[in-house]
Amino acid sequence: MDFNDTPQEAAFRAQAREWIAANRPADGWQTRTGRDDDGIATSKAWQKKKYDAGWACIHWPTEFGGRGATPIERVIWSQEEGELGQLGGVFIIGQGMCAPTIMAHGSQAAKERHVPKIASGEEIWCQLFSEPGSGSDLAGLRTRAEKQGDEWVINGQKIWTSGAHYADYGILITRTDPNVAKHKGLTMFYLDMRSPGVTIKPIKQVSGRSDFNEVYFADVRIPDSQRLGEVGDGWKVSLTTLMNERLAVGGGFPTNFEEMFEMTKVIEGDNGAAIDDAAVREKLADWYIRAAGLRNTQNRMMSALSRGQAPGPEASISKLVLGINRQNMASTMLDIQDTYGVISQKDLAVNGGQFHEIFFRAVAHRIEGGTDEILRNIIAERVLGLPGDIRVDKDLPFNKIPSGAN
Amino acid sequence: MNFEFSDDQKLLKEQARGFLQSKSSSKDVRRILDGNEPFHPELWKGVAEMGWLGASIPEEYGGLGLGYLELCVIAEELGRAVAPIPFSSTVYLFAEAILAAGTEEQKQKYLEKVSAGEIIGALALSEGPGAVTPKTIQSSASGGKITGTKLPVADGDVADYAVVAARTGSGSDEGSISLFIVDMKSAGVKAEAIETVDPTRSHAKVTFDGAAAEPLGAAGQGWAILDRVFDRAAVLFGFEQVGGAQAALEMARDYAMGRYAFGRPIASFQAIKHKLADMYVATELARSNAYYGAWALSTDAPELAVAAATARVSATEAYHECSKENIQVHGGMGFTWEFDCHLHYRRSKVLSLVLGSLPRWKDRLISRLEERNAA
Repeated sequence: MDFNDTPQEAAFRAQAREWIAANRPADGWQTRTGRDDDGIATSKAWQKKKYDAGWACIHWPTEFGGRGATPIERVIWSQEEGELGQLGGVFIIGQGMCAPTIMAHGSQAAKERHVPKIASGEEIWCQLFSEPGSGSDLAGLRTRAEKQGDEWVINGQKIWTSGAHYADYGILITRTDPNVAKHKGLTMFYLDMRSPGVTIKPIKQVSGRSDFNEVYFADVRIPDSQRLGEVGDGWKVSLTTLMNERLAVGGGFPTNFEEMFEMTKVIEGDNGAAIDDAAVREKLADWYIRAAGLRNTQNRMMSALSRGQAPGPEASISKLVLGINRQNMASTMLDIQDTYGVISQKDLAVNGGQFHEIFFRAVAHRIEGGTDEILRNIIAERVLGLPGDIRVDKDLPFNKIPSGAN
Repeated sequence: MNFEFSDDQKLLKEQARGFLQSKSSSKDVRRILDGNEPFHPELWKGVAEMGWLGASIPEEYGGLGLGYLELCVIAEELGRAVAPIPFSSTVYLFAEAILAAGTEEQKQKYLEKVSAGEIIGALALSEGPGAVTPKTIQSSASGGKITGTKLPVADGDVADYAVVAARTGSGSDEGSISLFIVDMKSAGVKAEAIETVDPTRSHAKVTFDGAAAEPLGAAGQGWAILDRVFDRAAVLFGFEQVGGAQAALEMARDYAMGRYAFGRPIASFQAIKHKLADMYVATELARSNAYYGAWALSTDAPELAVAAATARVSATEAYHECSKENIQVHGGMGFTWEFDCHLHYRRSKVLSLVLGSLPRWKDRLISRLEERNAA
C-alpha cells in the first residue's frame, strides 16, 4: 500500500501540471461555464486545446485520439486539471457514454468519423433513452423504428434528454419488433439531431433551469449504416452505455465538502460560528467520512483496474452515496443560514447561491443514470447475489404487456 | 499509487481466517459468553503461537516486525470472528503505549513478554460516566504510588500489567496527567470483573490503593501519549469493526437467501435487498477509509490524525448499522439467544465505546480538519 507517485507517475504529473500551467484559459473562465453559447464556446476551446496536445480522453486508445493512459494516470490528470474539469461537463455524455458505445458496437466508418470529434469537443452528443412511460423500466420503451429500404423511420418520444438542445448527435434506442419479449425487440442507432422531423422542447425543472428536454420524432429517417449493433440487439448495446453512464455520472460530481466546511466557519450560529455547534459538527463528520469513503473507494477501484481487474458493479456506490449526501448537505447549509437561507438570488445569496443550486440539482442526481432504488437493486443482485425482482412481463410479447397508459 | 494489500498480506488474511474459523467458532465464542471464563485460553495460546501478538512489534523487542499493515489484516479477521481474547487491550493499547513512550529498558521488558504471549496488558482510563478528560481523572500518583478507582477497564481482571492514567499536577489541564505502568498482581491492586454488554470481552473495576507505579513517559505528558496511542488504536479497532460489519452483512445475506415467506426467499423482497445494499455500502466506505488509515498508520504519515478519526467514525457507524440490521433481517429469530446475531450487536457496541464514543470522535475529526486547514 503506497499513496506516493511512482517515478513514472510523478513524471506524468509534472508533465500534466506544466502543460496546464502554460495553456490554461485566462482568469474569468469561471463565469462562462454555463450551457449557453458563451459557456459552450469556452468549454469547446479548452477541450480542443487539450485534444491537440494529447490531453483529451487520455484513457482512450491512441487511434481514437486518446493516449492509452492507465487508470492511475487518469486520476492524476483529473487531480491536476482540478476545477478546470468543470469545463468538461458539457462533454460528459458524449465522452463518457456515447463514444464507448460507438467504440464497442459502431461500424468502422462511425468510429473514424465521430469518436475523435467527440474527444476534441467538436461534436456534442446526447443520449436518447428514457421515455415518459419507461424511465427505470428502460426496456418498456415505445419509440418505434421501421425499416423502409436502406433507411429506418422513427416515430415516438424521448424525455429527460440532457443537452439535446445543443447536441449535434444522439444515440437512440428504439423498438423494432413489438411481437417478441420486451428486451428482444430493441435496436440502437445514432442520428444527427438536426434531422428533419426531430423536435426538441426544453423541460423547466424544479430549479427553474432547463438542462433536460423532451424530444419528439415524426417520421425521422436514419440510414441503416447508423445502426449500432444488430437488429434486435439493442438491449445488449444499451448495457454498454448504462455501465459507462454510472461511472461517468458518479465521478462527474464533486462532493462539495470543502465549500460546506468553509461556510460553517463564517456563518454565525447561536454561539459563535456554526462550526462550533455540536449538531453541525456531527453532520460535518458524517459528510466527511462519506466524501473520504468515496475518494478512497475510487482509489481502491483504480488500484484494482491497474492490476488488470475489470470494473465491477461496485461503481454504483458512488452515485448512490453522492446524490443523497449532496442533497442532505445542501439542505443543512440552507438551515445554517436561518431565515436568510430562502434567498437564492445570486448577487445576494451566500456563496452565489451555490448551495441552492445543489439543493435542487441533487434531486435529479438521485434519479438520472439509475435511481437510488435501481442502484440498490444492482448492488443487491450483482454484488451480493440476491434474487432478481419478480418480472411478470418477462416472457410476454411486448404488445401483450399490460400498461397503465393504454 | 497502490491502494491494495499485497499478495503476502492477502495470504496472511486467508490463513488468519482459516485459523479463526476453527478456533473461534460460534461454539468457542459462546463458551465464553455463557461460562465464567474471562477469555478463551486455547485461542489466546494459539494466537500467541501464530506470532500475531508481536506482528507489529520490532524484532529487537522479540516481535516479528512484520508491520502495521499485517496487524490490520489480522485485526479484521479477529473482528469477523468476534474473537473472545484480550488482543486489543494487550496489543493496540498496552503495547502501543509502551512503544510510544517507554524507555529502552521498558520496551525490552514488556514488549518481549507481549510478543511471547507471556503477559496480558490493559489500559486504565475511565473512572465514571461521561467522557474521559483531564478533568474527570481523579486517580492520583505521587512518590511512586497510585491511588484511585478505574472502571470499566477492558481485560482489567486478567491483565498482568496495566498502563494507568493518573493526576500528578493540581490543574485540570492536559499537563496534569501522567501515565504509569502498574503490576496488576502487586499489593494495593484489586480487580473485580463486572457485567457489561459483551461478556465475550472481559471488563473490570480496578482499585489502586497505594499500588507501586512505574512512570511511563515524562510527567505531564500522559495526554499527549494517549493521543498518539488512540490514533493508532483507532485504525486497528476500525479493522476489527469492518471485519465484524462484513460478517454481520454476510450472516444477514445468507439468512435472507434461505428463509422463505409468502412463497419466496425473503432476499427477493426489495425492502430486504435495499437494506442489504445499504449495509454493503456502509461497509465498503468504512473499508476504504480503514485502508487509508492503515496506510497512514504504517507510514506514520502526517495524515494519520485525520485518517484515524475518519476510519474510526466510519467503521463504528458501519458496524452499528450492520449488526442491528442483521437482527432485523432475521426477524424474531434474531432476538433469540440461540442465533448468533447478538454476538455482533454486543461486540459492535463495546467497540464503539472502547476508545471513546462516536460523538466524541466526530468532534475530534472536525477539530483535526480545522487544524489541518489552519496549518
